[in-house]
Amino acid sequence: MSAAAHTDHGHHHKESFITKYIFSQDHKMIGKQFLITAIFMAVVAVILSILFRIQLAWPGESNSVLSFFLGDTWAPDGVLDRGMYLGLVTIHGTIMVFFVLTGGLSGTFSNLLIPLQVGARDMASGLLNMISYWLFFLSSILMLYSLFLETGPASAGWTIYPPLSIYEEAIPGSGAGMTVWLLSMTIFIASSLLGSLNYIVTVLNLRTKGMKMTRLPLTIWAFFVTAILGVLSFPVLVSAVVLMLMDRTLGTSFYVNDTIIAGEVLEQSGGSPILFEHLFWFLGHPEVYIVLLPALGLTSEIVATNARKPIFGYRAMIGSILAIGFLSFIVWGHHMFISGMNPFLGGVFVFTTLLIAIPSAVKVFNYITTLWKGNIKYTPAMLFSIGLVSSFITGGVTGIILADSALDIAVHDTYFVVAHFHVVMGLSAIFGMFAGVYHWFPKMYGKMMNAKLGMVHFWLTLVSAYGVFFPMHFVGIGGAPRRYYDYSVYEGFDSQQFEMIMDLNVVISIFAIIGGLAQIIFLFNFFYSTFKGQKAVQNPWKGNSLEWTTPVEHVHGNWPGEIPEVHRWPYDYSKPGADDDYIPQTVPLKEGEEDH
Amino acid sequence: MGMKFVVLVVVVLAVIAIAQIMRVYELSSKIRGKREEDIDLRVNNINASLMLVFLLLFFGSFFYMLAVYGNGMLPEPASVLGEKIHWLFNVNWIIVIAVFLLTNGLLFVFAWKYSYHPDRKAHWFPHDNKLEMIWTVVPAAVLAVIIILGLMTWNEITGEPSDDAVVVELYAKQFDWTARYSGDDNKLGFSDYKLIGNAEDKSSGTSYSNPLGLVTDNSVLWRVQGLNDEIAALDENIELEANNLKAYSQANLNKMNAKVEKLRRIRERVLDMTEMYGDSINAFAEDDFVTKELFLIKDQEYFFVLRSQDVLHSAYFPHFRAQMNCVPGQRTSLKVTPTITTQEMRSKDNIPDDFNFILMCNKICGVSHSNMKMAVTVGTEEEFIEWKNGPLATVAINDSIVAPAEIDMERMDWPEPAHHGDHGEEHEDEGHNDHAEEGGESHGDPHGH
Repeated sequence: MSAAAHTDHGHHHKESFITKYIFSQDHKMIGKQFLITAIFMAVVAVILSILFRIQLAWPGESNSVLSFFLGDTWAPDGVLDRGMYLGLVTIHGTIMVFFVLTGGLSGTFSNLLIPLQVGARDMASGLLNMISYWLFFLSSILMLYSLFLETGPASAGWTIYPPLSIYEEAIPGSGAGMTVWLLSMTIFIASSLLGSLNYIVTVLNLRTKGMKMTRLPLTIWAFFVTAILGVLSFPVLVSAVVLMLMDRTLGTSFYVNDTIIAGEVLEQSGGSPILFEHLFWFLGHPEVYIVLLPALGLTSEIVATNARKPIFGYRAMIGSILAIGFLSFIVWGHHMFISGMNPFLGGVFVFTTLLIAIPSAVKVFNYITTLWKGNIKYTPAMLFSIGLVSSFITGGVTGIILADSALDIAVHDTYFVVAHFHVVMGLSAIFGMFAGVYHWFPKMYGKMMNAKLGMVHFWLTLVSAYGVFFPMHFVGIGGAPRRYYDYSVYEGFDSQQFEMIMDLNVVISIFAIIGGLAQIIFLFNFFYSTFKGQKAVQNPWKGNSLEWTTPVEHVHGNWPGEIPEVHRWPYDYSKPGADDDYIPQTVPLKEGEEDH
Repeated sequence: MGMKFVVLVVVVLAVIAIAQIMRVYELSSKIRGKREEDIDLRVNNINASLMLVFLLLFFGSFFYMLAVYGNGMLPEPASVLGEKIHWLFNVNWIIVIAVFLLTNGLLFVFAWKYSYHPDRKAHWFPHDNKLEMIWTVVPAAVLAVIIILGLMTWNEITGEPSDDAVVVELYAKQFDWTARYSGDDNKLGFSDYKLIGNAEDKSSGTSYSNPLGLVTDNSVLWRVQGLNDEIAALDENIELEANNLKAYSQANLNKMNAKVEKLRRIRERVLDMTEMYGDSINAFAEDDFVTKELFLIKDQEYFFVLRSQDVLHSAYFPHFRAQMNCVPGQRTSLKVTPTITTQEMRSKDNIPDDFNFILMCNKICGVSHSNMKMAVTVGTEEEFIEWKNGPLATVAINDSIVAPAEIDMERMDWPEPAHHGDHGEEHEDEGHNDHAEEGGESHGDPHGH
């Protein structure tokens, strides 16, 4: 071991179980910890969604699955309690958006890949990184704990709009449930900020020799911009949360104005719930891209590797990541077209929001062109990447309708919106996450996941995912509001509408159950392969980026010797004049050979 | 419990069984020397073909749903702006579907066509400025059209209502709607949430409620009466506690005292209203009438003023393609001009005979959110007058809101609250009494507001 490596990592003493597996400061272990926690949270969130899908498809019917999970308290006689229905919806959304797709996705892959792909021994601060994980763990526990409160979990929707989220008398979940929710989210944000700062510093300062910003894999660009978005937007949610805590406990009126709750005239006056909406969506919209960009980054890498072709338009891809990142900060108002906000402001947000379609279109066309005349190997990771591009398209185009305030007025808060964001954000991000897990599993565990099971998992997931969310668009255009316990409101008014909604809801729920069960294949494959999987080779996918130059067995500091020097971009696949169809970044440029 | 145990055992056994099968699979691939990362050409081709199969299935189901549920989507829009939105929706829909088919089609066709073959090498094609320019500029141009059309419609939707628009208030609270027609003057009377409440005049047995908090001379007086009764009831309990006839925890006692304080503050502000609104206090409210159903005249423009009592609600008229949030403490508005009557709607093909327009709540507002609705009927002007005068449809909440029985000021027996704590504002109570005797003049002055 070189002297340089020693000074970087002066603690080569034998590690105990606790410092290696629990309070580890090694980015690879922390990445795995994030992943396992996120998988657990995802399982919970999927179960919650299946529970409320059962209610939506077969409203008011006794169901033993409901009694099994919720017991007599929340599902008396197997019929879901109305308040708990909203609680399930709220916690499903919160866990999925924050704990799975933010903490899970960024936490896992930024941690695992940033040091490995930029050529660093570890994150800039291993300690902060460890604290970031444990705060995430703590906030996860708190969020789960809120499900077991006597008055139920937070149930004002994951957007926790006041005044509903402020007064326990308005909805029981706004009592202890909301307190725990706010506490959990505050800790979560602290975790996210520590992580993001670490990612930014590591990318900027710890790149290896030769690793120019224009030689970074697109994964790193995506993680980097994601971290910047997180650092700039999450603190705004903290302020929103603190003001809400004050409204709840100190009787201030930032968000409330002239209300009567449960017959009691309140004196709180002069605030506005619209202020909260602004603060919330100032985070909430960048959050969509915090979720999406890492998935797109992972996909860029996987598509290039498995199509054996350079990613098309590398610089345009970086440009579109930056453009999306920037624009994501000036579009939040499109969630508020009908909130009572000034209509002129609405017009401005229409304009900025539709601009985002341009860099998004560039990304889509670049992916498609990367496939064109490629030589595509269908590993499970590649399958999921194709799935991501498809869902990004399908969800993206409906965004054009929602971004148009004049049309939004007709479908706002209906299932059309639910379908849109689940496809464009939920599916894309989760497909990206699956792709990442299949692709980098050998790097994480030194084992291979079973490819055939992965393929079965993909096809079942793709079909059931579209089976769930495709009909949902029609339900939404048909006038079904979201967060409704049932659609009996249409009975006696528009029976045709009622029947259509009910028909499709049954289809959706059946696909949701199939899709949920299909994930058991993944879980099994994941845990089985962790222990019994085939032993991995160093570079199973014949990739170019630096992580495939590290040994299969994890070592502290990542490379046993010197950190390799980088001489080229990571996308030299099937380059004319080369013997192999890939040239790792560590191979020096040949005489007269041009960098990309 | 037994059930759960059985389920658990089955799950565990299933996992063990699958694990054993996997072991066999792993061992056999080890013997064959097969590695997980090497995807067989045959398997690779199966996946590639599935891409094409999926594409056909995907587009097939899309067109199937368009055909079957395309009609099942909401019936044709029944308002002027709804028609415009509908047209714009269709224009956008065509663009969106074209892009959806093109890009998804290319994606899956390429995925099928360019699947791996060992004899082939991928085409080196890292970038092409011309192509990239095309797919930056073309979407930008299409989006420009979408933005311009969208903003034109948006301006119409949010623009000023015409002069002959009828003003109607929609008042939301957990979990129902109340409508208030502005009457002949087409102006809504003033309202204030502090006036919302009930009161009873025990001597005459008259009861009174003001669910929308309309501001009138009499509603102010009635509200004061109601507040006094509330204060008196609390004071009575506090007194009982003081005399050891009732036992409250100190926390409860503090709460009750705080509430008395609060009610007095509110009473103070209510009393200020008479002066604040001055002579115009009754001006617009007199002809307002309140209903629990909405009856709209065909081709008449309506300007809905939306208010909420408690939490956010959203007034959602799916058939008019109209929606707006109701924000507590703030007024929002919505324009609707119905174009099809309920009867005309029912006589259309594909529409059931029991069809009705509906107003729903579309912003999560509590446990019974999905039950919050109001019947909406669209008819002719004659039908409207008939409905307005008819006893069945028009539910005036309480006539006393705008035309209360004469209230004799002498009868307003404002009780002297018990003295508790050292809040040092005892003079207030006497002050109010005096004012009541004087007939409610200059309430604000002595208290320095």
